[in-house]
Order: sequence, then C-alpha cells, then structure tokens
Amino acid sequence: MSDDGADAADEADETDAAPPTDRHYAEWLDALADGDGFALVCPEGHGSLPPRRVCPECGAADLSREPLDETGTVATYSVVHVPSPRFADDAPYATAVADFGPTRLTGIVRDGGADDEAPEVEIGDTIAVDVGERATDGERLVVFRPAGGR
Amino acid sequence: MTDVRVAGVGLTPFGSHSERTGRDLFGEAALRAFEDAAVDRADVEELNYGNFMGALAEHQGHQAPLMAEAAGVRCPATRYESACASAGVAVREAVRTVAAGDADVVLAGGMERMTNLPTDEVTEGLAIAADDLFEVRAGVTFPGAYALMANAYFDAYGGSREDLAHIASKNHENALPNEYAQYRREVSVAEAMDAPPVAEPLHLYDACPITDGASALVLVSEEYAAEHDLDASVAVTGTGQGTDRMALGDREHLARTPAADDAADAAYADAGVEAADVDVAEVHDCFTIAEVLALESLGLFEPGEGISAAREGLTTADGDLPVNLSGGLKAKGHPVGATGGSQIAELTRLLRGDHPNSEHVPEAEVGVAHNAGGTVASAVVHVLEVAG
Ligand SMILES: [Zn+2]
Repeated sequence: MSDDGADAADEADETDAAPPTDRHYAEWLDALADGDGFALVCPEGHGSLPPRRVCPECGAADLSREPLDETGTVATYSVVHVPSPRFADDAPYATAVADFGPTRLTGIVRDGGADDEAPEVEIGDTIAVDVGERATDGERLVVFRPAGGR
Repeated sequence: MTDVRVAGVGLTPFGSHSERTGRDLFGEAALRAFEDAAVDRADVEELNYGNFMGALAEHQGHQAPLMAEAAGVRCPATRYESACASAGVAVREAVRTVAAGDADVVLAGGMERMTNLPTDEVTEGLAIAADDLFEVRAGVTFPGAYALMANAYFDAYGGSREDLAHIASKNHENALPNEYAQYRREVSVAEAMDAPPVAEPLHLYDACPITDGASALVLVSEEYAAEHDLDASVAVTGTGQGTDRMALGDREHLARTPAADDAADAAYADAGVEAADVDVAEVHDCFTIAEVLALESLGLFEPGEGISAAREGLTTADGDLPVNLSGGLKAKGHPVGATGGSQIAELTRLLRGDHPNSEHVPEAEVGVAHNAGGTVASAVVHVLEVAG
C-alpha cells in the first residue's frame, strides 16, 4: 500500500501550512500530536519513518502504517549544553533515542511541567511521545515525557 | 591492477586561517605535495577534491575547478562530499582510478574553512551531516550524536569518562612534535575531566577543535614511479568503504559502527592483510568515543575492549599499537573536508620515517587509516604498506 507512504501526503491539501519541502514530516508530526503516531512497516516487519517509497532494509514497496507503541524505552540519551542556534534558548536539554515498537524515535525529553530544564534521564526509562515547541523559535519538535518506571 | 604509490604528500598547518581563502589553503597543500613528490604537475590526469561545507563557509559552490587552478593543474576535477569523510572518498576514488589503470597520476585531498564562522554556525553546519527531519529537528548536534553513542557504549560494555580522558591526553601528547598540529599542548587526564560539558558525557576535551586546513596527495602508478625514478616507498594497497542508515536511531546497534566494519573488511581483503598485521593506525577521533568505535570496527580490539586501550597504554606512542601519532583529529585538528587526506599524509610520513613521531614505529610495515562521515553513516578505510 504505497498510498500510505509518500503518495498519500502528495494528495494532501495544498494549502497545508507546512512548507512543501517537509510536508511528509509535518503530516507525521500532526499524527503524533493527535496521538496517532505511526511508523511505516514492511511485510518483514521493518519499521521506518516517512517519507518512504520502499523499506530501507529490504526494499519492499508495500508499506503499511502501524501505530507506535503507547510508551517507549530510552535506548540512549545525552544532555546537550552547546546547542545550534535554533536551540539557543532550549539548552541545556536532554536528547534521547527511544524504542517505540516498529521503530526508534529521537526527541527531547521534557518533564510534564516546566519545559525549561533538562530532566534526569536514564537508559531504560519509560517515556511517552508528544509534540512540543522549541523554546527558541516555536518550531514543533518530538518531545518525550516521563511515563513512569525505569 | 597496478600498485598505487604515494609519491608526495602536502599539508597546510592545521589551525585558524580565518582570513585566508580555501583556494589559498588548497594551493599551499598541493604545492607542498608536488615539491615532496617531484612529479611534473602537467602529468596530473585527475583532481579529486573533498569539501563539506564550502557553500556555507565561503559562499562558494563548484569548488573543484577553482582548486585545479589553485594547484596549477588542468585536468578533470571533481568535488567529493561525504561529510567528514569527504577527502577519504576523494582519495579512495583516486586510488581506484590509478589501480584500474585509468590514470598514472592523480591529485587528491581536500580543504575546509571553518573558523571564519561563529561557533554556533559551525555547530549548525556540522549538524546537517545528520538526518535533518528526524535528528537535527530533535536537537541532535554533532557532539550530541556522539554523546548518544558514548552513553549507549557505556551501557553496553562499561567504561567511563575517565577512559575517554586518557584518549584525549594521549592524542594531545602525540601532537606535541607535529608541526602541522593545531594544539601542540599537553592536556592531563584531570584537566580533561574538569573541562565544561558539551553534550554529556562528552566534555570540551573529548571534542576535536574547529579547524581550517587542507591536504593533498600525489598518487601514481607503480610503473610511473619506476619510469620517473620516484622515491615513493609507500603504497596504498587496500581501500574499502561502507554506508549505514543515516540516522543513528535506525542502526541495529547504537554503540557500534558497521559501516566502518564493512570498510575495514573490504580494505583488508583488498590489501591481503589482517587486522593483526597492522602496526600503526590513524583513526577518526572527532570525539574521543569515536576512536574507541574505530579501533573496534578495524578489528584491532574486540567490542567493549577499545575503551580501555589508551588508559592501559596499548595505543600510546610507546604501546604495541600506536594510534593517532599525528595527534588525531582531537589535537591535530579537523578541517572536515581535508581530514581523510591528512590522515594518509601523516601515515605515509610515519611509514617513510620522516614524521617527527616515526621513532615510535621504526619497524612499522603496515598502517591503516580510518575516516568517518556523520555518525559513521559513511566510512572509508585505507591500508598503506612499505613497498620498498
Ligand atoms: Zn523491510
């Protein structure tokens, strides 16, 4: 069902606010924000993120949208003190890579409350995924929230 | 297939040349390479030039013809871009071209200007070697990506910041006599431990500096070297390259670099050598943890054992397997698009016996150079041997 890959978004509303250079990412973020985060999964079970025409592992073209796990597990993390300009007002912040079933996601870990400090993170922590805003310029980004347990 | 000889090598001093143009830097490196090689530049049949961020740093695209002018050669010239492995892939294609008999003389190398940009813009420029959508937008910086790998490594195999500090200290000590090195200054383990954090667990002395510089190599066929009675005693006997998924999170293992495994396997097979034959190595230590990952991919240490190699004195100048006798990217500097060429220049000098650190490897016959791009989504490995 390649329609669920890159083609579906090609048919999306042309007036979509997202710039055309990353509309597939914007659409994926929209889904994530709605609690409908997904990965594209091939018949072999390889997960990847859009836009994809084929599975990057095996080349299969019939990719389907599969929901991400409700919660993820931190696979690794780092607290970044020296940011790029687009994250100037966000630093220090904790970036993490987390397993979410069909795929891994990379995002910034934030506590439920204050968004202005890097929370304590450890490998193995359970986290949920959300969409937040960059403090520096309001751009949307993938955010992980502690979901209890490690 | 013909043997590929290194006829000459040329480097600029690595450091801050913020008011010099890229063409001037590459011109200087090429001039030194031709002086070292005693090869007529009219014989050059191709220029393979590596550069990563010239469009950002100098507002200059299409750099290859400009660099051909700067080097005083008139031949097909191509720019290669593979992030921090840009010169590595440029050299690899030069090696393949000569080995295949398609050219007798190729000029290869690279150049990067970085210090003319403010630090935050360099951080941004380097970050774009990662996946823009799923990494850069999630706050992954270049040091941050290697920090992710470092924590994954510690979790998988153990190790500590102090182990990494020993790598920094070793490479700074190696740079002391190297006239091309950016930081010819000792850094103690304690000093490295006390430095401010960049992306935890990596601190200031775990990271390579921001560097301007250029490298150039004159590579020739064995037949050309013989005909022209060249003093070209070092041969590039093996080349290999590997590619992995762009985003770190998409890799099978967050604390290993399979692209470099593949590059090493191919280069060793090409040369007909094994990891156990390697006497000296120049590896891509853009961050201290990167040296660990490189040593393990090269098969010089088992996974989980590279972390303690410097602390145990195995990879120091007086160890069994000296690593980064040039000072490495860490202390010698990392002008990203020039680095892959500079590693081979340093290794050539080490094997020829005219490097200030050659005294540490007087019997060395086999050297290996490891150059990586991004978080090792790209890797290039070359084997150099004393050919007599
Ligand atoms: Zn697949």
